Amino acid sequence: MSEPVIIKPYLRLSGLEPLVVRPETNFINIGERTNVTGSKKFARLIKDNKYEEALSVARQQVENGAQVLDINMDDALLDGVKAMTTFINLVQSEPDIAKIPIMIDSSKFEIIEAGLKCVQGKCIVNSISMKEGEEKFIQQAIICQSYGAAVIVMAFDEKGQADTKERKINICHRAYKILTEQVGYDPQDIIFDPNIFAIATGLEEHNNYGVDFIEATREIKKLMPLCGVSGGVSNLSFSFRGNEPVREAMHSVFLYYAIKAGMNMGIVNAGQLVVYDEIEPALRDLCEDVILNRNNDNNEATEKLIAFAETVKAKGKVEVKDEGWRKESVEERLKHSLVNGITDYIDADTEEARLKYPKPLDVIEGPLMDGMSVVGDLFGAGKMFLPQVVKSARVMKKSVAWLTPFIEEEKKNNPISQEGNAPKILLATVKGDVHDIGKNIVGVVLGCNGYEIIDLGVMVPTDKILDTAEKENADIIGVSGLITPSLDEMVNVAHEMKRRGMNKPLLIGGATTSRMHTAVKIAPQYDNGVVHVLDASRSVTVAGSLLSADQKAEFLNKTREEYQKLKQDFENKKPVKQYLSFPDAQANKAAIDWENYEAPAPNFTGTKIFNDYSLAELRDYIDWKPFFISWELHGNFPAILTDEKVGVEATKLYNDANKLLDNIINEKWLTAQGAIGFWTACSDGKDTIVVNNNGEAIYLESLRQQIKKAPGQPNLSLTDFIAPQTTGIQDHIGAFSVTIKGIEPHLERFIKDHDDYNKIMLQSLTDRLAEAFAECLHERVRKEFWGYVKDEHLSNEELIKEKYQGIRPAPGYPACPDHTEKYKLFALLGGEEVTGIHLTESLAMYPAASVCGWYFSHLQSQYFGVGKIQPDQFEDYFQRKGMNWEELERWLRPVMEL
Amino acid sequence: MSTIREQLGKRILVIDGAMGTMIQRYKLAEADYRGERFKDWHTDVKGNNDLLSITQPQIIIDIHKQYLAAGADIIETNTFSSTSIAMADYDMQSLAYELNVAAAECAREAIKQSGKPAWVAGAIGPLNKTLSLSPDVNNPGYRAVTFDQVVAAYYEQIRGLVDGGVDILLIETIFDTLNAKAAIFAIKKFYRENPEAPQKEIMISGTITDASGRTLSGQTLEAFYTSVAHAKPLSVGLNCALGASEMRPHIAELSHIASCYVSAYPNAGLPNAMGEYDEEPHQTAHFLEDWAKEGFVNIVGGCCGTTPDHIKHIADAVKDIKPRELPVVELI
Repeated sequence: MSEPVIIKPYLRLSGLEPLVVRPETNFINIGERTNVTGSKKFARLIKDNKYEEALSVARQQVENGAQVLDINMDDALLDGVKAMTTFINLVQSEPDIAKIPIMIDSSKFEIIEAGLKCVQGKCIVNSISMKEGEEKFIQQAIICQSYGAAVIVMAFDEKGQADTKERKINICHRAYKILTEQVGYDPQDIIFDPNIFAIATGLEEHNNYGVDFIEATREIKKLMPLCGVSGGVSNLSFSFRGNEPVREAMHSVFLYYAIKAGMNMGIVNAGQLVVYDEIEPALRDLCEDVILNRNNDNNEATEKLIAFAETVKAKGKVEVKDEGWRKESVEERLKHSLVNGITDYIDADTEEARLKYPKPLDVIEGPLMDGMSVVGDLFGAGKMFLPQVVKSARVMKKSVAWLTPFIEEEKKNNPISQEGNAPKILLATVKGDVHDIGKNIVGVVLGCNGYEIIDLGVMVPTDKILDTAEKENADIIGVSGLITPSLDEMVNVAHEMKRRGMNKPLLIGGATTSRMHTAVKIAPQYDNGVVHVLDASRSVTVAGSLLSADQKAEFLNKTREEYQKLKQDFENKKPVKQYLSFPDAQANKAAIDWENYEAPAPNFTGTKIFNDYSLAELRDYIDWKPFFISWELHGNFPAILTDEKVGVEATKLYNDANKLLDNIINEKWLTAQGAIGFWTACSDGKDTIVVNNNGEAIYLESLRQQIKKAPGQPNLSLTDFIAPQTTGIQDHIGAFSVTIKGIEPHLERFIKDHDDYNKIMLQSLTDRLAEAFAECLHERVRKEFWGYVKDEHLSNEELIKEKYQGIRPAPGYPACPDHTEKYKLFALLGGEEVTGIHLTESLAMYPAASVCGWYFSHLQSQYFGVGKIQPDQFEDYFQRKGMNWEELERWLRPVMEL
Repeated sequence: MSTIREQLGKRILVIDGAMGTMIQRYKLAEADYRGERFKDWHTDVKGNNDLLSITQPQIIIDIHKQYLAAGADIIETNTFSSTSIAMADYDMQSLAYELNVAAAECAREAIKQSGKPAWVAGAIGPLNKTLSLSPDVNNPGYRAVTFDQVVAAYYEQIRGLVDGGVDILLIETIFDTLNAKAAIFAIKKFYRENPEAPQKEIMISGTITDASGRTLSGQTLEAFYTSVAHAKPLSVGLNCALGASEMRPHIAELSHIASCYVSAYPNAGLPNAMGEYDEEPHQTAHFLEDWAKEGFVNIVGGCCGTTPDHIKHIADAVKDIKPRELPVVELI
């Protein structure tokens, strides 16, 4: 038999692990950074729904030695109950944070209770008080007790917050009697907060607040020895905010005396406490005078500390992370770096591995590929998302770059041994197209899955693609494109492959491509395998099937059958749509009452140039949804940031994007160049807009919807939105182009650095900035330059939803699908020199981040799609355009009824 | 009969063994589970052991009587899953209250028929949904159920158990402490709202799931105890998941930190490859006898795989051993 056990009356708290506050524990650090009222950073993260990052704030607190984590969500702009619930639930899923007890901090009891409902451990409630009377106090205490929580009782009663020593003691004692005698609280579960107020404020009546707290604490511990005493230490130095060294010194000195008096816990920034003994003696003495209110007649001590504070400058502190994984084997470290996208140690680790393995290539085929196959598996299982995979690829590339010179060296000595055997995939954006974000992502993802990627870049002519594929003996060719003429280029690539008698499979990808187009137009051109790939994730399985000796034939047969069926369906469906004759369609134009119309006149005619538009201003106009889509994260913004599945990654991506944006803007990486112009214009009443360019007439040709519409629905053409000449109205049309220039050196840098992640990020952000620029200028046109809706007030979201009056359709897009009208648009604006935009042979704009379009102001103008046109309209259009028939046919193929 | 606290001061009390293991012996078919009343019920109910308190009360009474005869001082009601949340599996949410009343009455009836004094512990199980764990690995902040829902379900169960006449409320097989805290909250709420209801002792029994010594929700034993101590329970202990040999160090630890009585009712060893428990009654009894001699325990019994035979061996083994002394709780 053992001796009877003795159980001491200590405050016992718990997270996943217990925390016993023993007398010798001295002082419990309560992490304070997870408090929206105390940390601007944390507040911003919570408001922006960046819970993942907010968690890292909590983790940092624990790593810095916080023993209890204070969580506060009191902000007028926050749904405190929801924020508390969400954050604590997330904290509970992080064992390295949840191991310590939680302090639920709120002035609203419903938020406190929401927090209590989420924590399995024994919490501290911060705080309850008698400020609304005894009854409420008892009621709240009973609830806290039902959750098994310890409570902080603030020295606050019906009359207000206790400031003097006597009031502090009296209120605490009164609360103590109620809690222990009426509610049944254990004394050790009660902690008093006798209020730490700001001192050295310049008001003499504040000078004794430090002493009042310390002396009250001493008395409280005498009267109620089992209870704790706590306080929010940072209040003390409030008047020195911004001067961290002085604040830290004040906190340390204050705690030194308060702890001696019996204070045993406090809300402090755990990573930021200086040791009392290490405070510069002069500063320490000044702090003591101020805190203990010595030598302080007429604010003398205060003045001295203030004077001293001016001379102290903040010194940076280095934060230390948990680097436990660094102790693992080199293989494990490489894997960890790959899976977590950490580049910090990759060179050193790669070198270590190189020395360990017989040949440098063994490092790639061994630990690196092992790590990447983990990445590939996690991605395949939906446990990693594209942005993470791209980061992993960055690590991989850096490691390979380190090894490359050694591999080259070895090749010289032993040419056979070092031949890699990874399958090769050649990727290119087709001739005339400059868009390559999607292609780059596919390259990265395939690279991660063990393929060697040969990336020929953008605007690659068919011959170059096929020559290279043959020379390099690529196993697969992948072509990509964004604009509609690229579809024809792809048909051409397939056609050429057949002519050359090639047998490599051809992959088709890019935003305008589709399974249907591939099946109907491209696949019939080439017999040895054409496969449309919807997105980067699918590219892996497709490539896998094509390169597997067992699966290839079956996969291609299946695809071929599928495409043949699609093609048949497509051809069978054709006659379903009914079309009007072109004259009938013209007769059914938009019904606009021109008689009572007053056309608004713009401020000027001719053009206006914006040479270096503020990127910071454009930032606010960014539509983030397409940004996320380009990273294969689908969903609405900002809801995607909290999405159940991808929210965490979306948030990371969003944060990284904003960080990069900060650099782009602050360091002026890019230049926004734009041009707008207005001209008097009229329509010919049919499908031509006549623009008066300084007396010269420019004819803009439109295409008209020809499909048979429901009764009362017009067959639209952009011409309909301009007043016909016969009305005599002086109407106007506008045009614009915007481009973001200067991306090349930065891309170059990222490429050199093997940093696909930032490369793709920069490209997608530049695209977004161009779109934002277009949105921003359009708004200014409506409100200012054309000024037809001077009092418009639309949110960014409403702008994105196109809730404004007037439209800005772009040649090559559904309302005006003829790309060749771009020539006229750019001529009107003043050409390449003014716009900064070069048109390729496919009429893609370079730089790729460019947008152009026409401005229409009429209230009834709207976006629409022309749809398919009939031969009679083509004939008419051909007459008006004065272009070569075949050439025009090529440009209009996407809208011709096949 | 003297109060349970008086008895606990004098000897080690024995709690009964597995209910499920015993029910299996009856080889009941779907129709037996349904009985007359649920013959047309729209879901299968075979395996809903708690339902038997209504449809086959004689079997439940019979099992209780076998345990009483074996020497059990405390018998557990057949209510491990008798909450609206757990009963949703059979679409029988609305029966929760009635199941608890019926089960408590079965236990009372068994004691009456056996003529042996014993206490009825109303078994409050852990639920099939947890408050601290997300069922979705990709969404760690998600919860399948809310604290308020769990409190409501337990409240109804507690009301049924109290109305049915149990002596003790036993929150057991706790693998997520927050669920247990919701049960404690529900008990406190029940008594706040029903001050005239007869006071019941509370027993708490957690489950350590593996050798790490933590609950499924990640708490260490001491953290777990700290989190539920506000229930001011009659006893705290461990049951299920482990056999006695694996449970020993944890019971030893608990006996040093718990200011209340300590209970232990392990499984009959760990399940074999067939999922069956094959620890012999004398083996289980041998372990518990050792704990009793070490002064670790006040209440012993069995969980999964244990039978009246096990309980008989345990009762015989501990009957003359001095119980663990309550720790001295210092107040200043």
